[in-house]
Amino acid sequence: MASSTGEAPESKGTHQYQPRDFKVVGTTPLRPDGVDKVTGRARFGADMNLPGQLVGKVLRSPHPHAKLVSIDTSEAEALPGVKAVVTRDDFAENEAHHDILCNIMARDKVLYEGHAVAAVAATSRAIALKALKKIKVVYDILPHVTDVDEAMKADAPILHDDMFTHGVDPMPTTASNIAGRCEFGHGDVDAGFEQADIIIERNFKTAATHQGYIEPHACVATVTSDDYGELWGCTQGHFVLRNVSASLVGMDVSKLRVTASEIGGGFGGKTTVFLEPVCLMLAKKSGKPVKMAMTRDEVFKASGPTASSSMDVKIGCTKDGRITAGFAEVRYQGGAFRGAPADFGAMCAFACYALENVKAIGWEVVTNRPKGAAYRAPGAPMSVYAVESVVDELAKAIDMDPIDFRLKNAARNGDKSSYGPKFESLGLVETLEAAKNHPNYQIPLGPNQGRGVASGFWFNFGGETCSTLNVNQDGTVAISVGTPDIGGSRASMCQMAAEELGIPYDQVRAIVTDTSSLGFNDTTEGSRVTFSSGMAVIFAAREIIGKLCERAAMMWDIPVEAVKWEEGKAIPAGANAGDFEPLTLAEIADAAGGTGGPIAGHHEYNADGAGVSFGTHLVDTEVDPETGFVKILRYTVIQDAGKAIHPSYVEGQFQGGAVQGIGWALNEEYIYGDDGKLQNAGFLDYRLPVASDLPMIDTVIVEVPNPGHPYGVRGVGETGIVPPLAAIANSVSDAANLRMTELPMSPPRILKAIHQAEAAE
Amino acid sequence: MVQVVLSGIMKTAVDDQAEIEIEAKNIKQLLDALARDYPKMEPYVKKGLAVSINGVIYRDSLYQKIPEDAEIFVIPRLAGG
Repeated sequence: MASSTGEAPESKGTHQYQPRDFKVVGTTPLRPDGVDKVTGRARFGADMNLPGQLVGKVLRSPHPHAKLVSIDTSEAEALPGVKAVVTRDDFAENEAHHDILCNIMARDKVLYEGHAVAAVAATSRAIALKALKKIKVVYDILPHVTDVDEAMKADAPILHDDMFTHGVDPMPTTASNIAGRCEFGHGDVDAGFEQADIIIERNFKTAATHQGYIEPHACVATVTSDDYGELWGCTQGHFVLRNVSASLVGMDVSKLRVTASEIGGGFGGKTTVFLEPVCLMLAKKSGKPVKMAMTRDEVFKASGPTASSSMDVKIGCTKDGRITAGFAEVRYQGGAFRGAPADFGAMCAFACYALENVKAIGWEVVTNRPKGAAYRAPGAPMSVYAVESVVDELAKAIDMDPIDFRLKNAARNGDKSSYGPKFESLGLVETLEAAKNHPNYQIPLGPNQGRGVASGFWFNFGGETCSTLNVNQDGTVAISVGTPDIGGSRASMCQMAAEELGIPYDQVRAIVTDTSSLGFNDTTEGSRVTFSSGMAVIFAAREIIGKLCERAAMMWDIPVEAVKWEEGKAIPAGANAGDFEPLTLAEIADAAGGTGGPIAGHHEYNADGAGVSFGTHLVDTEVDPETGFVKILRYTVIQDAGKAIHPSYVEGQFQGGAVQGIGWALNEEYIYGDDGKLQNAGFLDYRLPVASDLPMIDTVIVEVPNPGHPYGVRGVGETGIVPPLAAIANSVSDAANLRMTELPMSPPRILKAIHQAEAAE
Repeated sequence: MVQVVLSGIMKTAVDDQAEIEIEAKNIKQLLDALARDYPKMEPYVKKGLAVSINGVIYRDSLYQKIPEDAEIFVIPRLAGG
């Protein structure tokens, strides 16, 4: 049994895996939240209402870059029905969360169109909107920059006078928009290129995209006169939300209780705060509950899209397909503040390959766009798109099957990763072999049709986690977790508890508790919940089993060592223990009042040992040469899950990642005008893929156990979005006989490339 | 003493050494020593780092023991979506 206390052992994150025959894990029971969601009863962020609540609205900057000279709220405050107005003056400087503070309410400057300047709480939406118009803001407009390459130039408008590039030695003495530089790799790439028979070098660009969650950001806050606050809202991490919001508002953490609502999509975009501290401040100032919800326009302009990128990739290989050197330089803009995931992009770029000579450089850049947030495997899809496109071209150039090319160079157990550490256990080769053997890889293609392959990688991590299990008097079990359920985790938690305790799935119920009911939990991100919360549930269940055996021993009047737990029952450990009828969990629970009281298990820890994750995607497309429209004919996701707890949910994660990748590859993009303003802040002009755009996404779950989890679980939520950009680009390239180096591959862009290719012939 | 490998620009922060030796029995001692002995490493330590011990990446476990002969890599602190 795992212990929740005591000194951390050496390598506690490894070698916990124990093969076993599962009874509940690996099945596909109904999700506990399913009925509520399909009947509309589930309560999302905007579904919470409190008596007497006010409506909060935000005044946002119309300019992409300007000094905030003055803000006069007097007329707004005098408007009947207005109960509170907040501006930068209501938030004290906060060193720990400086950028977040500046993002949720502009201070000296507005840094992007949509940047919050003030907020109002009023008795109705109409009054709140009217009040916003009465706030007088004087701006001193500054030149702006929204393109990553432009922002890096020496004469670019500078966003932050105190931004000096980290990671450059010596550190520059003049400010720039380059927040940081990072570099990974080993060997000698110049020597490696000299060994190559063929070298391909390309430049790539990808557009910024939004996570596209359907549910806008929304919350309700209330603060009592003695400064106790409650907040309800949609978030991927209510403990982090609580800590950051409390800090920005100036409250003790213990005085703020946050409840996570059901969530209508997050994908990384709801791992930070936007409205919540503002809502709390309005509630504090007004003394009344305040509800806020973003419009779709606000979601696009003022939440956290992903980075856009500009990248150079150079790879060399021998005639027989051995990569001799790989080089990538990736430049990511992540909006107006630090945080573009250039480091992860550089680390993931070549992670699929065992290379003797590899170098990846990442540049983190700021521009006059909304501060980026995480989006599923942040930073990886773009750099992998660039690398996997060149890998595809190399395979074609030497007339080698693209899967064979990848197999020849694939990272295997014990190989040194391109970002440093050795891989301990990974399933990339298994996904490639499954792809090669898949029936979809053999289907003949017709005219204007092409096939693409790409592989991808994501790290996965564990993080701070705790869970509690309570045995009810009737023998059912309640699980409390602190990680919002964004992908079906409540079902998988119940499965793991049922597996350990030996009871049916439907006798276990999991809830996501509020922040006052459980210790700190990191955000639901990093593909970590099934791994880390699940492992906490497993260890808490094992603690319960120990207690159940103690109670049975008490009831039988034998030593606890003489009792063992098997298939949901306490039984004598051997013939010498005595002859007793097995005691079920329900029987022990029913007697608990007389044997020591309630029975509960708990586990808290830093969950290390998350296994890396690899996937390979196959895509068939058809390109209409007259319109440039790309039709996805077939799509197959093959990914290593370590162990699929609930295979349908795992498939759902694979499919969701693929669909978001299809949108990113083909249509989605933030389009900025020369005026620095977003031109397509709505779903009519920002083209998400819909069901009619898609075939059934086929899936293959590969299971190479993660040695760091008792069941072998790896995170599966993020890797699925890493290969699609490249796989689709490779497929389109195959179909149209041209190499698309800029995303999205929207019809006008493809048509232009076709016409250019025709003109060149 | 444990052997520590830093990638890329972090390598320049430790006087361009491919590997450095540090007296550390756990991750906290390792990070403290890096910031103390190599001042250019301090911003990286402050920003947040993860440490790979024999291929297992530790993000938060500061008191994780480091075996004498372990392969140690220092990499950026992992996050996700």
